[in-house]
Amino acid sequence: MLSRVADSLYWMSRYIERAENIARLLDVNLQLLLDFEALDDDKLKEHWEPVIRAAGEEELFYELYDQADSQSVTDFLTFNRENSSSVISCMFAARENARMIRDQISTEMWQCLNHAYLFLKSNNAKKVWDEGPYEFYKQIQDYSHLFQGMTDSTFSHTEGFYFMQVGKYLERADKTSRILDIKYHMLLPSVDDVGGAIDAVQWGAILKSCSGFEAYHSVYVTAVNPLKVSNFLIFNQHFPRSILSCVRHLDANLHQISGCNPGFYSNDVERVSGRLMSDLTYSNISDVFKSGLHEYLSQLQERFVEIGKVMYENYMFHARPDMETEIATQQQQQQQQ
Amino acid sequence: MFFEDYKTEHFFDEMFDSDGTVRPHYQAIFERLGPFTVDAFEQKRQAVDLSFLRQGITFTVYGDEEGTEKIFPFDLMPRIIPKTEWEFLERGLTQRMQALNMFLKDVYSEQRIIKEGIIPASYILSGKHFRREFMNVQVPRDIYIHICGTDLIRDDAGNYLVLEDNARSPSGVSYLLENRQAMKRAFPNFFPKAGVRPVENYSEELLKTLQYVAPYGKENPVCVLLTPGHFNSAYFEHCFLARQMGIEIVEGSDLVVRDYKVYMRTTQGLQQVDVIYRRIDDDFIDPSVFRPDSMLGVPGLVNALRAGNVNIANAIGTGIADDKLIYAYVPDMIRFYMSEEPILGQVETFFASEDDDFKYIMDNLDQLVVKSANEAGGYGMLIGPKATKQEVEDFRALIKADPRNFIAQPPIMLSRHPTWCDGDFEGRHVDLRPYILSGEKTSIVPGGLTRVALKKGSLVVNSSQGGGSKDTWVLYSDS
Repeated sequence: MLSRVADSLYWMSRYIERAENIARLLDVNLQLLLDFEALDDDKLKEHWEPVIRAAGEEELFYELYDQADSQSVTDFLTFNRENSSSVISCMFAARENARMIRDQISTEMWQCLNHAYLFLKSNNAKKVWDEGPYEFYKQIQDYSHLFQGMTDSTFSHTEGFYFMQVGKYLERADKTSRILDIKYHMLLPSVDDVGGAIDAVQWGAILKSCSGFEAYHSVYVTAVNPLKVSNFLIFNQHFPRSILSCVRHLDANLHQISGCNPGFYSNDVERVSGRLMSDLTYSNISDVFKSGLHEYLSQLQERFVEIGKVMYENYMFHARPDMETEIATQQQQQQQQ
Repeated sequence: MFFEDYKTEHFFDEMFDSDGTVRPHYQAIFERLGPFTVDAFEQKRQAVDLSFLRQGITFTVYGDEEGTEKIFPFDLMPRIIPKTEWEFLERGLTQRMQALNMFLKDVYSEQRIIKEGIIPASYILSGKHFRREFMNVQVPRDIYIHICGTDLIRDDAGNYLVLEDNARSPSGVSYLLENRQAMKRAFPNFFPKAGVRPVENYSEELLKTLQYVAPYGKENPVCVLLTPGHFNSAYFEHCFLARQMGIEIVEGSDLVVRDYKVYMRTTQGLQQVDVIYRRIDDDFIDPSVFRPDSMLGVPGLVNALRAGNVNIANAIGTGIADDKLIYAYVPDMIRFYMSEEPILGQVETFFASEDDDFKYIMDNLDQLVVKSANEAGGYGMLIGPKATKQEVEDFRALIKADPRNFIAQPPIMLSRHPTWCDGDFEGRHVDLRPYILSGEKTSIVPGGLTRVALKKGSLVVNSSQGGGSKDTWVLYSDS
């Protein structure tokens, strides 16, 4: 497979996963606000800033908007084209990557992304969103699921498929860690509120942002609490959005690409991914809280970045000879011929 | 319902003869459309447009940031060609294609056609697309033009004439194939009755052609399609063809030349490439030989080609065969190389570079169509009878400055075809571009891309100039 194609497959997959996650995050947070009494500007800022941070775009946000409220944040993360992580930017980027490698993916996959693109491009999207964000964000999540289902059922499970899976699981692991980290930034009205109703609602929102509310309750038949939620979202073996689960899938797909046996490594990316997987496998929630949840998650995020970087170097990047040197060499060879 | 007020005026109409009778091969579609209402037809039309949009069957419009992708306007009324007529075209085009390939082989080796005084040496040597770098370079199987899109028009008597040969990298074949799909979906029940020959095997034939011309007759050659990239207006087509053939689509930066061999950069390292179907112009293909400022091409590609380690379709330098000056000599080529009379006619051509012709052109500029010798896509053209005085004078200056670059032709009253325009059928000018493949044998997909000038009275059918297209049906029979 061409390196450029592998790169596009990987990013196409990452972008659509990212769009889905941001859509869910916004959806949950907008609904969460409905449970509170009318909030003043400061309260809204406290609510929305962690969300912007979870998307990793705090700086850009304040370049573009004066204050963080429901309108500005949702606009920034949904429709703003200047924000490369907005839902619409991600969907467009996924579609553009798909267009570049349209000969390589199935017609179904292409048409799904093209359909999403046309939906977002038409005024319809804005209208749907005005009429009810819930429907709109649901639609985005549906496109993502549809796309992933189509990929699974219409795209050969060979190299290209595995590159897509790597992109998907890496993005998903990263987003789960960021969503979980939101709680660190969400302030409670006072220390007394820890363990109170607001705290519980917030932890519930974290779970919902990861589609994990029901799955959590089927494991823990108790109210949400910080330790259990963190444990669930980091270490649960069966929940498909837990960090451990994502990293396991990630590692397995990397081994599918190279054909190297699981548990061994044949290149750098398998080495860093394997090490991360084994760290996660043999850690537990008390290790996490020992180092501090926020610090632990930050470290994980750095390691995800590292995997992405090594992945690129290993499979997609070919040191490009300087064009001028290349031309000169070829001209020399021409004279010798 | 339809066609009651339809006027053929003084044009040759594809569907109706001059006294308004439906030609036999259009009888079936005429009857099929009979019970349609305007609304029903309009609905079908919109459904087809929407389906093109959904599938992303688009071309890119340059310099338009929002909505850079447009669908190629499609007219639901098919153009129909009966069996005998098609067989005649097939013979004519095959003959022409063979002559052009013989011409290219000759002009890049012995140059008998110059030595024997058939074509003046200066015409060839001054051709912008003549590549002297390729003198005496052997190409596999002596085929230079593997894919040719020859534009045909019909005059007011219904004679087919060749307007030009596109021998560099003709585009549009994907629309031919997609148009057929669209028609089948729009008229599913009518199709089996209509007796239309299928076009679907084009990509298979193309792949066979590419494989046949691999270096050293290699059996399972690695073929790729070289594109300028996803910003190119024809990128949809590049992907479409690559996907249909199951070959990789590559950009210049995906390829690298080492030791006179071409490789593509893959996740498993470098993989050698044998045949390149290029959709990128000569000028950009190898910056170490042609334009050094181009980032689209592959440095060293020409070295690899000369060493015989890779083949390129169409060959580099085929542009000399579709130079509009050389076009005028194709009938002579056919006589010279094949000792046959040309089957297809073509348009009378005057050369601005010849004294007598120059005078004639200058005296009759407002009555002639002037084309620059090397432009494509309907650019660099003057349609004398439709131009303003100023445009005519501007062109006069251009021609004087560079006579070699211009030819003139009498305007041909292109045939017209009923075309759906705002709720009824009206006559619009059409041309036809069949795609001719030259591999082990010459094969032509039955049909071609019919382009239609959607603007009333316009003679220009190019998509870049507001043209649309029609599905083209070649029938199993004559009616």
